[in-house]
Amino acid sequence: MSQINRYAEQMTATVLSNKRVGQYHQILLGVGQVVRHCRPGNFAAISVGGENSSLILRRAFAISRVSDRADGTMELIVAPHGAGSRWLCAQGENAPLDMVAPLGTPFGIPTTSVQALLIGGGYGSAPLFGLAEVLKSRGCRVDMILGASTASKIYAPLEGKRSVNSLKIYTEDGSTGIMGKVTDPLEQLISDGQVDVIYSCGPMGMLSAISSIAQNSDVVHQCAVEESMACGIGVCMTCVLPVRSDDESLAMVRSCIDGPVMDGSRVQWHLVGQIPGSTP
Amino acid sequence: MTIDFDFSTTLGNAWFPTPIFTASGCASSGRELAQFFPLASIGAVVTKSVMLKARMGRPTPRMAETPSGMLNSIGLQGPGIEAFLANDIPWLLENKARVIVSIAGETIEEYAVLARHLRSVPGLSAVEVNISCPNVKNRGMVFACDPDASHAVIDGVRRTLGGDLPIIVKLSPDVTDIVGIARAVVGAGADGLALINTLLGMVINTETMRPHLGGKTGGLSGPAIRPVAVRAIYQVHQAFPKVPILGMGGVRSGRDALEMVLAGASGVSVGTATFGNPTAVIAVQNELQHLLISKGFSSLRQAVGFAHRSDDLKESHDEY
Repeated sequence: MSQINRYAEQMTATVLSNKRVGQYHQILLGVGQVVRHCRPGNFAAISVGGENSSLILRRAFAISRVSDRADGTMELIVAPHGAGSRWLCAQGENAPLDMVAPLGTPFGIPTTSVQALLIGGGYGSAPLFGLAEVLKSRGCRVDMILGASTASKIYAPLEGKRSVNSLKIYTEDGSTGIMGKVTDPLEQLISDGQVDVIYSCGPMGMLSAISSIAQNSDVVHQCAVEESMACGIGVCMTCVLPVRSDDESLAMVRSCIDGPVMDGSRVQWHLVGQIPGSTP
Repeated sequence: MTIDFDFSTTLGNAWFPTPIFTASGCASSGRELAQFFPLASIGAVVTKSVMLKARMGRPTPRMAETPSGMLNSIGLQGPGIEAFLANDIPWLLENKARVIVSIAGETIEEYAVLARHLRSVPGLSAVEVNISCPNVKNRGMVFACDPDASHAVIDGVRRTLGGDLPIIVKLSPDVTDIVGIARAVVGAGADGLALINTLLGMVINTETMRPHLGGKTGGLSGPAIRPVAVRAIYQVHQAFPKVPILGMGGVRSGRDALEMVLAGASGVSVGTATFGNPTAVIAVQNELQHLLISKGFSSLRQAVGFAHRSDDLKESHDEY
Protein backbone atom coordinates (compact mmCIF):
# COMPACT_ATOMS: atom_id res chain seq x y z
CA MET A 1 0.00 0.00 0.00
CA SER A 2 1.10 3.49 -0.80
CA GLN A 3 2.31 5.70 2.05
CA ILE A 4 0.69 8.82 0.59
CA ASN A 5 -2.70 9.60 2.17
CA ARG A 6 -2.29 6.35 4.09
CA TYR A 7 -4.89 6.99 6.81
CA ALA A 8 -7.29 8.99 4.65
CA GLU A 9 -10.87 7.77 4.47
CA GLN A 10 -13.83 9.10 2.56
CA MET A 11 -16.86 9.11 4.83
CA THR A 12 -20.18 10.73 5.61
CA ALA A 13 -19.73 12.93 8.67
CA THR A 14 -22.73 14.29 10.58
CA VAL A 15 -23.01 17.78 12.00
CA LEU A 16 -23.55 17.40 15.76
CA SER A 17 -23.49 21.11 16.54
CA ASN A 18 -22.70 24.41 14.84
CA LYS A 19 -22.06 27.42 17.07
CA ARG A 20 -21.00 30.95 16.26
CA VAL A 21 -17.87 32.03 18.14
CA GLY A 22 -16.83 35.61 17.39
CA GLN A 23 -16.35 35.81 13.62
CA TYR A 24 -16.05 32.03 13.32
CA HIS A 25 -18.17 28.92 13.49
CA GLN A 26 -17.26 26.05 15.78
CA ILE A 27 -18.58 22.95 14.02
CA LEU A 28 -18.61 19.60 15.79
CA LEU A 29 -18.88 16.54 13.56
CA GLY A 30 -19.58 12.89 14.25
CA VAL A 31 -16.94 11.09 12.21
CA GLY A 32 -16.44 7.65 13.75
CA GLN A 33 -13.25 5.72 14.27
CA VAL A 34 -11.15 7.78 11.86
CA VAL A 35 -10.31 10.01 14.86
CA ARG A 36 -7.75 7.39 15.91
CA HIS A 37 -5.56 8.50 13.01
CA CYS A 38 -6.09 12.26 13.26
CA ARG A 39 -3.08 14.24 14.54
CA PRO A 40 -2.68 17.98 15.18
CA GLY A 41 -1.83 19.58 11.84
CA ASN A 42 -3.90 17.15 9.76
CA PHE A 43 -6.75 18.56 7.73
CA ALA A 44 -10.14 17.42 6.44
CA ALA A 45 -11.50 18.04 2.94
CA ILE A 46 -15.25 18.54 2.68
CA SER A 47 -17.59 18.72 -0.31
CA VAL A 48 -19.67 21.88 -0.23
CA GLY A 49 -22.88 23.12 -1.78
CA GLY A 50 -24.79 19.85 -2.06
CA GLU A 51 -25.03 17.31 -4.85
CA ASN A 52 -25.79 19.68 -7.74
CA SER A 53 -23.52 22.48 -6.59
CA SER A 54 -21.50 24.50 -9.08
CA LEU A 55 -18.72 24.46 -6.46
CA ILE A 56 -16.85 21.42 -7.70
CA LEU A 57 -13.85 21.43 -5.38
CA ARG A 58 -13.58 20.28 -1.78
CA ARG A 59 -12.68 22.79 0.92
CA ALA A 60 -9.78 22.00 3.23
CA PHE A 61 -10.08 22.77 6.95
CA ALA A 62 -7.49 22.24 9.65
CA ILE A 63 -8.77 19.73 12.18
CA SER A 64 -9.12 21.72 15.38
CA ARG A 65 -9.38 18.73 17.69
CA VAL A 66 -10.76 15.22 17.85
CA SER A 67 -12.20 13.15 20.66
CA ASP A 68 -13.03 9.45 20.89
CA ARG A 69 -16.14 10.28 22.92
CA ALA A 70 -19.56 9.71 21.31
CA ASP A 71 -18.10 7.29 18.76
CA GLY A 72 -15.55 9.83 17.48
CA THR A 73 -15.99 13.57 17.08
CA MET A 74 -14.04 16.19 15.17
CA GLU A 75 -14.11 19.93 15.69
CA LEU A 76 -13.52 22.46 12.90
CA ILE A 77 -13.24 26.22 13.25
CA VAL A 78 -14.52 27.79 10.06
CA ALA A 79 -14.47 31.39 8.91
CA PRO A 80 -17.41 32.07 6.57
CA HIS A 81 -15.27 33.88 3.99
CA GLY A 82 -16.27 32.37 0.65
CA ALA A 83 -19.23 30.59 -0.91
CA GLY A 84 -18.04 27.17 0.27
CA SER A 85 -17.29 28.05 3.87
CA ARG A 86 -20.54 30.05 4.11
CA TRP A 87 -22.44 26.96 2.97
CA LEU A 88 -20.68 24.85 5.58
CA CYS A 89 -21.40 27.40 8.33
CA ALA A 90 -25.09 27.28 7.37
CA GLN A 91 -25.37 23.53 7.94
CA GLY A 92 -27.54 22.59 10.89
CA GLU A 93 -27.60 19.68 13.26
CA ASN A 94 -27.71 16.22 11.60
CA ALA A 95 -26.65 17.53 8.20
CA PRO A 96 -24.52 14.92 6.39
CA LEU A 97 -21.14 15.99 4.99
CA ASP A 98 -18.97 14.16 2.44
CA MET A 99 -15.55 14.30 4.06
CA VAL A 100 -12.06 12.95 3.38
CA ALA A 101 -9.76 12.83 6.42
CA PRO A 102 -7.21 12.82 7.85
CA LEU A 103 -5.03 14.42 5.17
CA GLY A 104 -1.60 16.01 5.19
CA THR A 105 1.50 15.79 7.32
CA PRO A 106 0.89 16.56 11.02
CA PHE A 107 3.09 18.53 13.43
CA GLY A 108 6.11 16.58 14.64
CA ILE A 109 5.94 15.83 18.36
CA PRO A 110 9.25 15.88 20.25
CA THR A 111 10.25 12.71 22.07
CA THR A 112 11.71 14.69 24.98
CA SER A 113 10.14 17.49 27.01
CA VAL A 114 10.98 20.79 25.33
CA GLN A 115 9.86 24.40 25.64
CA ALA A 116 7.28 24.85 22.92
CA LEU A 117 5.96 28.18 21.69
CA LEU A 118 2.70 27.97 19.75
CA ILE A 119 1.84 30.96 17.56
CA GLY A 120 -1.55 31.34 15.90
CA GLY A 121 -2.88 34.01 13.59
CA GLY A 122 -6.66 34.47 13.43
CA TYR A 123 -8.45 31.13 13.40
CA GLY A 124 -5.08 29.53 12.70
CA SER A 125 -5.05 29.06 16.46
CA ALA A 126 -7.68 26.32 16.14
CA PRO A 127 -5.38 23.30 15.68
CA LEU A 128 -2.89 24.65 18.22
CA PHE A 129 -5.06 23.87 21.25
CA GLY A 130 -5.22 20.17 20.36
CA LEU A 131 -1.48 20.31 19.76
CA ALA A 132 -0.98 21.95 23.16
CA GLU A 133 -2.74 19.05 24.88
CA VAL A 134 -0.47 16.52 23.15
CA LEU A 135 2.67 18.52 24.01
CA LYS A 136 1.59 18.90 27.66
CA SER A 137 1.04 15.16 27.89
CA ARG A 138 4.66 14.73 26.77
CA GLY A 139 5.82 16.98 29.58
CA CYS A 140 6.53 20.01 27.42
CA ARG A 141 6.18 23.58 28.63
CA VAL A 142 3.65 25.18 26.27
CA ASP A 143 3.42 28.94 25.78
CA MET A 144 0.99 30.41 23.30
CA ILE A 145 0.80 33.68 21.43
CA LEU A 146 -2.28 34.52 19.40
CA GLY A 147 -2.75 37.47 17.12
CA ALA A 148 -5.26 39.02 14.75
CA SER A 149 -6.20 42.39 13.32
CA THR A 150 -8.98 42.83 15.88
CA ALA A 151 -10.53 41.18 18.97
CA SER A 152 -13.38 39.36 17.21
CA LYS A 153 -10.87 37.55 14.98
CA ILE A 154 -9.06 35.96 17.92
CA TYR A 155 -10.05 32.36 18.48
CA ALA A 156 -9.25 31.33 22.06
CA PRO A 157 -11.81 29.07 23.72
CA LEU A 158 -11.87 28.96 27.52
CA GLU A 159 -11.12 25.24 27.75
CA GLY A 160 -8.19 25.71 25.36
CA LYS A 161 -6.56 28.21 27.70
CA ARG A 162 -6.25 25.48 30.32
CA SER A 163 -3.96 23.41 28.12
CA VAL A 164 -1.23 26.07 27.97
CA ASN A 165 1.18 27.42 30.56
CA SER A 166 0.78 30.99 29.32
CA LEU A 167 -1.27 32.82 26.72
CA LYS A 168 -0.54 36.24 25.26
CA ILE A 169 -2.85 37.95 22.79
CA TYR A 170 -1.88 40.64 20.31
CA THR A 171 -4.24 42.70 18.14
CA GLU A 172 -3.19 45.23 15.58
CA ASP A 173 -5.90 47.68 16.69
CA GLY A 174 -5.36 47.02 20.40
CA SER A 175 -9.02 46.03 20.90
CA THR A 176 -7.90 43.18 23.13
CA GLY A 177 -4.58 42.09 24.62
CA ILE A 178 -1.43 43.94 23.60
CA MET A 179 -1.43 46.25 20.61
CA GLY A 180 0.98 44.83 18.05
CA LYS A 181 1.91 41.66 16.22
CA VAL A 182 2.68 38.14 17.39
CA THR A 183 6.24 38.52 16.14
CA ASP A 184 6.95 41.56 18.38
CA PRO A 185 8.11 39.56 21.46
CA LEU A 186 9.67 36.72 19.50
CA GLU A 187 13.30 37.81 19.30
CA GLN A 188 13.39 38.45 23.04
CA LEU A 189 11.80 35.08 23.92
CA ILE A 190 14.31 33.28 21.74
CA SER A 191 17.34 35.14 23.08
CA ASP A 192 16.13 34.51 26.65
CA GLY A 193 16.35 30.79 25.88
CA GLN A 194 12.64 30.25 26.52
CA VAL A 195 11.92 28.53 23.20
CA ASP A 196 13.16 25.25 21.73
CA VAL A 197 10.45 24.68 19.13
CA ILE A 198 7.97 27.06 17.50
CA TYR A 199 4.73 25.65 16.13
CA SER A 200 2.79 28.11 14.01
CA CYS A 201 -0.41 28.28 12.02
CA GLY A 202 -1.89 31.32 10.31
CA PRO A 203 -1.46 33.59 7.31
CA MET A 204 1.60 33.09 5.12
CA GLY A 205 2.97 36.56 5.93
CA MET A 206 3.03 35.66 9.63
CA LEU A 207 4.72 32.30 9.00
CA SER A 208 7.31 33.99 6.84
CA ALA A 209 8.02 36.65 9.48
CA ILE A 210 8.44 33.99 12.20
CA SER A 211 10.79 32.02 9.94
CA SER A 212 13.03 35.01 9.34
CA ILE A 213 13.35 35.66 13.10
CA ALA A 214 13.87 31.97 13.94
CA GLN A 215 16.51 31.44 11.28
CA ASN A 216 19.12 33.36 13.30
CA SER A 217 18.77 30.87 16.15
CA ASP A 218 18.77 27.10 16.59
CA VAL A 219 15.03 27.14 17.31
CA VAL A 220 13.10 24.69 15.16
CA HIS A 221 10.09 26.20 13.38
CA GLN A 222 7.27 23.91 12.30
CA CYS A 223 4.62 25.86 10.42
CA ALA A 224 1.30 24.81 8.92
CA VAL A 225 1.19 26.57 5.55
CA GLU A 226 -1.87 27.81 3.73
CA GLU A 227 -1.85 27.57 -0.07
CA SER A 228 -4.97 27.23 -2.18
CA MET A 229 -5.68 23.61 -3.09
CA ALA A 230 -7.94 21.96 -5.62
CA CYS A 231 -7.72 18.32 -4.49
CA GLY A 232 -6.02 18.05 -1.08
CA ILE A 233 -4.74 14.56 -1.94
CA GLY A 234 -1.65 15.27 -4.03
CA VAL A 235 -2.92 14.85 -7.58
CA CYS A 236 -3.55 18.37 -8.85
CA MET A 237 -0.19 20.14 -8.22
CA THR A 238 -1.79 23.53 -7.51
CA CYS A 239 -0.76 24.00 -3.86
CA VAL A 240 3.01 23.94 -4.39
CA LEU A 241 5.61 25.98 -2.50
CA PRO A 242 9.31 26.44 -3.26
CA VAL A 243 11.20 24.37 -0.68
CA ARG A 244 14.90 23.59 -0.24
CA SER A 245 15.53 19.82 -0.16
CA ASP A 246 18.11 17.84 1.84
CA ASP A 247 20.50 18.00 -1.13
CA GLU A 248 20.15 21.83 -1.24
CA SER A 249 18.22 21.74 -4.52
CA LEU A 250 14.95 23.64 -4.79
CA ALA A 251 11.69 21.88 -5.52
CA MET A 252 8.06 22.89 -5.88
CA VAL A 253 6.53 20.82 -3.08
CA ARG A 254 2.86 20.02 -2.58
CA SER A 255 1.57 21.58 0.63
CA CYS A 256 -1.25 19.02 0.82
CA ILE A 257 0.83 15.86 1.13
CA ASP A 258 4.32 17.19 1.95
CA GLY A 259 2.60 19.70 4.26
CA PRO A 260 0.68 21.51 5.52
CA VAL A 261 3.26 21.25 8.30
CA MET A 262 6.66 22.17 6.91
CA ASP A 263 10.05 23.12 8.29
CA GLY A 264 9.89 26.91 8.14
CA SER A 265 13.63 27.18 7.50
CA ARG A 266 13.30 25.20 4.26
CA VAL A 267 10.40 27.11 2.73
CA GLN A 268 11.75 29.75 0.35
CA TRP A 269 9.33 32.43 1.46
CA HIS A 270 10.81 35.08 -0.81
CA LEU A 271 10.13 32.85 -3.83
CA VAL A 272 6.47 32.07 -3.09
CA GLY A 273 4.53 33.04 -6.20
CA GLN A 274 7.63 32.66 -8.38
CA ILE A 275 9.48 29.82 -10.00
CA PRO A 276 12.97 29.33 -8.52
CA GLY A 277 15.68 29.97 -11.07
CA SER A 278 13.51 31.98 -13.44
CA THR A 279 13.19 35.74 -13.61
CA PRO A 280 9.86 36.87 -12.16
CA MET B 1 -26.99 -10.28 -15.50
CA THR B 2 -23.69 -8.46 -15.08
CA ILE B 3 -21.84 -11.67 -15.93
CA ASP B 4 -23.12 -11.54 -19.51
CA PHE B 5 -22.36 -7.87 -19.93
CA ASP B 6 -19.12 -7.09 -21.78
CA PHE B 7 -17.72 -3.86 -20.35
CA SER B 8 -14.31 -4.20 -22.03
CA THR B 9 -12.93 -1.83 -24.60
CA THR B 10 -9.98 -1.51 -26.96
CA LEU B 11 -7.89 1.43 -28.07
CA GLY B 12 -5.81 0.31 -31.02
CA ASN B 13 -4.45 -3.10 -30.03
CA ALA B 14 -4.70 -2.38 -26.29
CA TRP B 15 -7.47 -4.14 -24.37
CA PHE B 16 -8.99 -2.82 -21.15
CA PRO B 17 -11.48 -4.61 -18.88
CA THR B 18 -13.45 -1.39 -18.36
CA PRO B 19 -13.69 1.82 -20.40
CA ILE B 20 -13.11 4.19 -17.46
CA PHE B 21 -9.68 5.81 -17.10
CA THR B 22 -8.09 8.59 -15.13
CA ALA B 23 -7.21 11.72 -17.13
CA SER B 24 -3.68 12.98 -17.58
CA GLY B 25 -2.81 15.65 -15.06
CA CYS B 26 -5.67 14.65 -12.78
CA ALA B 27 -4.19 11.57 -11.14
CA SER B 28 -0.52 12.60 -10.86
CA SER B 29 1.36 9.31 -11.29
CA GLY B 30 -1.42 7.23 -9.71
CA ARG B 31 0.18 6.52 -6.35
CA GLU B 32 -1.79 9.22 -4.53
CA LEU B 33 -5.11 7.56 -5.42
CA ALA B 34 -4.16 4.04 -4.38
CA GLN B 35 -5.39 4.68 -0.82
CA PHE B 36 -8.90 5.26 -2.19
CA PHE B 37 -9.32 2.38 -4.67
CA PRO B 38 -7.21 -0.38 -6.23
CA LEU B 39 -5.71 1.10 -9.39
CA ALA B 40 -6.07 -2.26 -11.13
CA SER B 41 -9.87 -2.03 -10.83
CA ILE B 42 -10.22 0.72 -13.44
CA GLY B 43 -9.51 0.63 -17.18
CA ALA B 44 -6.16 2.37 -16.95
CA VAL B 45 -4.21 5.09 -15.20
CA VAL B 46 -3.30 7.87 -17.62
CA THR B 47 -0.25 9.52 -16.09
CA LYS B 48 0.46 13.24 -15.93
CA SER B 49 2.11 14.43 -19.17
CA VAL B 50 5.83 13.97 -18.77
CA MET B 51 8.47 15.98 -20.60
CA LEU B 52 12.08 15.23 -21.39
CA LYS B 53 13.60 17.21 -18.51
CA ALA B 54 12.42 17.94 -14.97
CA ARG B 55 10.26 21.06 -14.83
CA MET B 56 9.29 23.41 -12.01
CA GLY B 57 6.06 24.46 -13.74
CA ARG B 58 4.39 27.82 -13.35
CA PRO B 59 4.24 30.12 -10.32
CA THR B 60 1.31 30.10 -7.90
CA PRO B 61 -1.58 30.83 -7.81
CA ARG B 62 -2.12 27.89 -10.12
CA MET B 63 -5.82 27.42 -9.63
CA ALA B 64 -9.09 29.31 -9.74
CA GLU B 65 -12.48 27.76 -9.18
CA THR B 66 -15.09 28.93 -11.70
CA PRO B 67 -18.81 28.13 -12.02
CA SER B 68 -18.97 24.32 -12.41
CA GLY B 69 -15.33 24.26 -13.33
CA MET B 70 -11.82 25.41 -12.59
CA LEU B 71 -8.84 26.95 -14.30
CA ASN B 72 -5.44 25.38 -13.80
CA SER B 73 -2.06 26.70 -14.72
CA ILE B 74 0.40 24.04 -13.58
CA GLY B 75 2.85 24.34 -16.46
CA LEU B 76 3.63 20.62 -16.67
CA GLN B 77 5.64 20.44 -13.45
CA GLY B 78 7.23 17.03 -13.39
CA PRO B 79 10.32 14.90 -12.83
CA GLY B 80 11.36 14.39 -16.47
CA ILE B 81 11.11 11.14 -18.41
CA GLU B 82 14.09 9.33 -16.89
CA ALA B 83 13.11 9.80 -13.25
CA PHE B 84 9.48 9.09 -14.16
CA LEU B 85 10.33 5.78 -15.82
CA ALA B 86 12.65 4.83 -12.95
CA ASN B 87 10.31 5.69 -10.06
CA ASP B 88 6.69 5.83 -11.12
CA ILE B 89 6.20 3.22 -13.84
CA PRO B 90 7.62 0.22 -11.90
CA TRP B 91 5.36 1.04 -8.95
CA LEU B 92 2.25 1.25 -11.16
CA LEU B 93 3.05 -2.03 -12.91
CA GLU B 94 3.81 -3.80 -9.62
CA ASN B 95 0.39 -2.70 -8.46
CA LYS B 96 -1.13 -4.26 -11.60
CA ALA B 97 -2.38 -0.96 -13.00
CA ARG B 98 -2.74 -0.72 -16.75
CA VAL B 99 -0.77 2.34 -17.75
CA ILE B 100 -1.11 4.91 -20.50
CA VAL B 101 1.87 7.25 -20.43
CA SER B 102 1.16 10.81 -21.51
CA ILE B 103 4.05 12.68 -23.13
CA ALA B 104 4.50 16.35 -23.97
CA GLY B 105 7.28 18.12 -25.85
CA GLU B 106 8.43 21.54 -26.93
CA THR B 107 9.68 20.50 -30.36
CA ILE B 108 8.73 17.85 -32.90
CA GLU B 109 12.04 16.11 -32.19
CA GLU B 110 11.45 16.08 -28.43
CA TYR B 111 8.27 14.03 -28.85
CA ALA B 112 10.23 11.46 -30.84
CA VAL B 113 12.94 11.32 -28.18
CA LEU B 114 10.27 10.74 -25.52
CA ALA B 115 8.82 7.96 -27.67
CA ARG B 116 12.28 6.38 -27.88
CA HIS B 117 12.43 6.27 -24.07
CA LEU B 118 9.08 4.47 -23.97
CA ARG B 119 9.89 1.97 -26.72
CA SER B 120 11.97 -0.17 -24.41
CA VAL B 121 9.59 -0.11 -21.42
CA PRO B 122 7.67 -3.38 -21.06
CA GLY B 123 4.14 -3.47 -19.73
CA LEU B 124 2.72 -0.16 -20.99
CA SER B 125 -0.75 -0.22 -22.57
CA ALA B 126 -0.54 2.88 -24.75
CA VAL B 127 1.01 6.31 -25.21
CA GLU B 128 -1.01 9.48 -25.05
CA VAL B 129 0.58 12.32 -26.99
CA ASN B 130 -0.38 15.68 -25.48
CA ILE B 131 0.06 18.13 -28.34
CA SER B 132 -1.46 21.11 -26.53
CA CYS B 133 2.01 22.56 -25.94
CA PRO B 134 3.70 25.58 -27.49
CA ASN B 135 6.11 24.74 -30.30
CA VAL B 136 9.22 26.68 -29.31
CA LYS B 137 10.51 26.47 -32.88
CA ASN B 138 7.40 28.06 -34.34
CA ARG B 139 6.81 31.23 -32.27
CA GLY B 140 5.15 29.24 -29.52
CA MET B 141 2.23 28.16 -31.69
CA VAL B 142 0.45 25.25 -30.02
CA PHE B 143 0.99 22.03 -32.01
CA ALA B 144 -2.65 21.02 -31.57
CA CYS B 145 -3.81 24.19 -33.34
CA ASP B 146 -1.80 23.48 -36.48
CA PRO B 147 -2.63 20.42 -38.62
CA ASP B 148 0.84 20.29 -40.19
CA ALA B 149 2.68 20.48 -36.84
CA SER B 150 0.28 17.92 -35.32
CA HIS B 151 0.92 15.59 -38.24
CA ALA B 152 4.67 16.01 -37.92
CA VAL B 153 4.66 15.24 -34.19
CA ILE B 154 2.64 12.05 -34.60
CA ASP B 155 4.60 11.00 -37.66
CA GLY B 156 7.82 11.23 -35.61
CA VAL B 157 6.35 9.32 -32.67
CA ARG B 158 4.89 6.66 -34.97
CA ARG B 159 8.22 6.10 -36.76
CA THR B 160 10.06 5.86 -33.45
CA LEU B 161 7.62 3.51 -31.76
CA GLY B 162 6.97 1.17 -34.65
CA GLY B 163 3.65 -0.62 -34.59
CA ASP B 164 3.43 -2.10 -31.11
CA LEU B 165 2.33 0.57 -28.68
CA PRO B 166 -0.97 2.28 -29.55
CA ILE B 167 -0.73 6.06 -29.97
CA ILE B 168 -3.59 8.15 -28.63
CA VAL B 169 -3.42 11.80 -29.58
CA LYS B 170 -5.01 14.32 -27.22
CA LEU B 171 -6.58 17.19 -29.10
CA SER B 172 -7.36 20.73 -28.04
CA PRO B 173 -10.90 22.09 -28.43
CA ASP B 174 -9.44 25.57 -28.99
CA VAL B 175 -9.43 25.16 -32.78
CA THR B 176 -11.72 26.21 -35.60
CA ASP B 177 -11.97 22.72 -37.08
CA ILE B 178 -11.22 19.83 -34.74
CA VAL B 179 -12.07 17.31 -37.47
CA GLY B 180 -9.28 18.76 -39.59
CA ILE B 181 -6.74 18.26 -36.78
CA ALA B 182 -8.09 14.74 -36.20
CA ARG B 183 -7.63 13.99 -39.91
CA ALA B 184 -4.02 15.18 -39.78
CA VAL B 185 -3.03 12.96 -36.85
CA VAL B 186 -4.99 9.92 -38.03
CA GLY B 187 -3.18 10.32 -41.33
CA ALA B 188 0.13 10.24 -39.44
CA GLY B 189 -0.74 6.94 -37.78
CA ALA B 190 -2.67 7.78 -34.60
CA ASP B 191 -4.51 4.71 -33.27
CA GLY B 192 -6.94 6.73 -31.20
CA LEU B 193 -7.91 10.24 -30.18
CA ALA B 194 -8.35 11.74 -26.71
CA LEU B 195 -11.01 14.44 -26.74
CA ILE B 196 -10.84 17.02 -25.21
CA ASN B 197 -8.04 18.90 -23.50
CA THR B 198 -8.90 21.98 -21.42
CA LEU B 199 -10.09 25.24 -22.96
CA LEU B 200 -7.91 28.30 -22.48
CA GLY B 201 -9.39 30.78 -20.02
CA MET B 202 -8.62 33.62 -17.65
CA VAL B 203 -9.87 34.93 -14.34
CA ILE B 204 -9.11 38.48 -13.24
CA ASN B 205 -8.91 39.10 -9.52
CA THR B 206 -11.12 42.13 -8.95
CA GLU B 207 -9.27 42.98 -5.69
CA THR B 208 -5.81 43.18 -7.25
CA MET B 209 -7.32 44.01 -10.67
CA ARG B 210 -4.76 41.70 -12.29
CA PRO B 211 -5.01 38.18 -13.78
CA HIS B 212 -5.48 35.80 -10.85
CA LEU B 213 -3.26 32.97 -12.06
CA GLY B 214 0.53 33.20 -11.84
CA GLY B 215 0.66 32.03 -15.44
CA LYS B 216 -2.12 34.53 -16.33
CA THR B 217 -4.06 32.05 -18.51
CA GLY B 218 -5.15 28.57 -17.51
CA GLY B 219 -6.99 25.52 -18.78
CA LEU B 220 -10.71 25.34 -18.05
CA SER B 221 -12.00 21.94 -16.98
CA GLY B 222 -14.95 20.47 -15.12
CA PRO B 223 -18.67 20.08 -15.90
CA ALA B 224 -18.73 23.55 -17.52
CA ILE B 225 -16.91 22.17 -20.58
CA ARG B 226 -18.77 18.88 -20.94
CA PRO B 227 -21.08 19.98 -23.78
CA VAL B 228 -18.02 21.14 -25.73
CA ALA B 229 -16.46 17.70 -25.25
CA VAL B 230 -19.64 15.88 -26.28
CA ARG B 231 -19.84 18.01 -29.43
CA ALA B 232 -16.20 17.37 -30.31
CA ILE B 233 -16.55 13.62 -29.78
CA TYR B 234 -19.74 13.56 -31.86
CA GLN B 235 -18.17 15.47 -34.76
CA VAL B 236 -14.96 13.44 -34.82
CA HIS B 237 -16.75 10.09 -34.47
CA GLN B 238 -19.02 11.06 -37.34
CA ALA B 239 -16.00 11.82 -39.53
CA PHE B 240 -13.90 8.81 -38.44
CA PRO B 241 -16.26 6.14 -37.06
CA LYS B 242 -13.52 3.51 -36.94
CA VAL B 243 -11.03 5.57 -34.92
CA PRO B 244 -11.45 4.88 -31.19
CA ILE B 245 -12.02 7.94 -29.02
CA LEU B 246 -11.13 8.38 -25.37
CA GLY B 247 -13.67 10.97 -24.25
CA MET B 248 -13.13 13.42 -21.39
CA GLY B 249 -14.21 16.84 -20.20
CA GLY B 250 -16.31 17.37 -17.08
CA VAL B 251 -17.45 13.80 -16.52
CA ARG B 252 -18.53 13.24 -12.93
CA SER B 253 -21.28 10.64 -13.14
CA GLY B 254 -22.15 7.51 -15.07
CA ARG B 255 -24.75 9.54 -16.90
CA ASP B 256 -22.06 11.94 -18.13
CA ALA B 257 -19.88 9.03 -19.26
CA LEU B 258 -22.83 7.46 -21.09
CA GLU B 259 -23.34 10.73 -22.95
CA MET B 260 -19.77 10.52 -24.26
CA VAL B 261 -20.12 6.85 -25.18
CA LEU B 262 -23.30 7.60 -27.11
CA ALA B 263 -21.48 10.45 -28.89
CA GLY B 264 -18.79 8.00 -29.98
CA ALA B 265 -16.28 7.45 -27.16
CA SER B 266 -14.89 3.92 -26.66
CA GLY B 267 -13.43 4.96 -23.32
CA VAL B 268 -14.02 7.80 -20.89
CA SER B 269 -11.51 9.57 -18.65
CA VAL B 270 -12.49 11.10 -15.33
CA GLY B 271 -10.33 14.12 -14.59
CA THR B 272 -11.31 17.16 -12.56
CA ALA B 273 -14.04 15.17 -10.77
CA THR B 274 -11.24 13.34 -8.95
CA PHE B 275 -10.15 16.64 -7.36
CA GLY B 276 -13.56 16.97 -5.74
CA ASN B 277 -14.02 13.27 -5.06
CA PRO B 278 -11.11 10.82 -4.86
CA THR B 279 -13.41 7.89 -5.69
CA ALA B 280 -15.14 9.59 -8.63
CA VAL B 281 -13.52 7.18 -11.12
CA ILE B 282 -15.07 4.19 -9.36
CA ALA B 283 -18.48 5.85 -9.04
CA VAL B 284 -18.52 6.72 -12.76
CA GLN B 285 -17.43 3.21 -13.66
CA ASN B 286 -20.16 1.51 -11.59
CA GLU B 287 -22.86 3.92 -12.69
CA LEU B 288 -22.01 3.61 -16.37
CA GLN B 289 -22.15 -0.18 -16.22
CA HIS B 290 -25.55 -0.10 -14.51
CA LEU B 291 -26.91 2.42 -16.99
CA LEU B 292 -25.77 0.42 -20.02
CA ILE B 293 -27.30 -2.76 -18.63
CA SER B 294 -30.55 -1.03 -17.69
CA LYS B 295 -30.84 0.32 -21.23
CA GLY B 296 -30.58 -3.21 -22.59
CA PHE B 297 -27.08 -3.14 -24.03
CA SER B 298 -25.15 -6.37 -23.71
CA SER B 299 -21.80 -4.72 -24.30
CA LEU B 300 -20.18 -1.32 -24.12
CA ARG B 301 -19.31 -1.68 -27.80
CA GLN B 302 -22.99 -1.66 -28.79
CA ALA B 303 -23.47 1.73 -27.22
CA VAL B 304 -20.46 3.47 -28.75
CA GLY B 305 -21.71 6.13 -31.16
CA PHE B 306 -25.33 5.15 -30.61
CA ALA B 307 -26.46 8.79 -30.81
CA HIS B 308 -25.50 8.79 -34.49
CA ARG B 309 -28.04 6.15 -35.51
CA SER B 310 -31.18 7.13 -37.29
CA ASP B 311 -34.41 6.48 -35.38
CA ASP B 312 -35.51 3.38 -37.26
CA LEU B 313 -32.26 1.64 -36.33
CA LYS B 314 -32.64 2.40 -32.61
CA GLU B 315 -35.33 -0.28 -32.39
CA SER B 316 -32.85 -3.03 -33.21
CA HIS B 317 -29.51 -2.03 -31.76
CA ASP B 318 -28.71 -5.67 -30.96
CA GLU B 319 -27.88 -6.25 -34.60
CA TYR B 320 -25.02 -3.79 -34.59
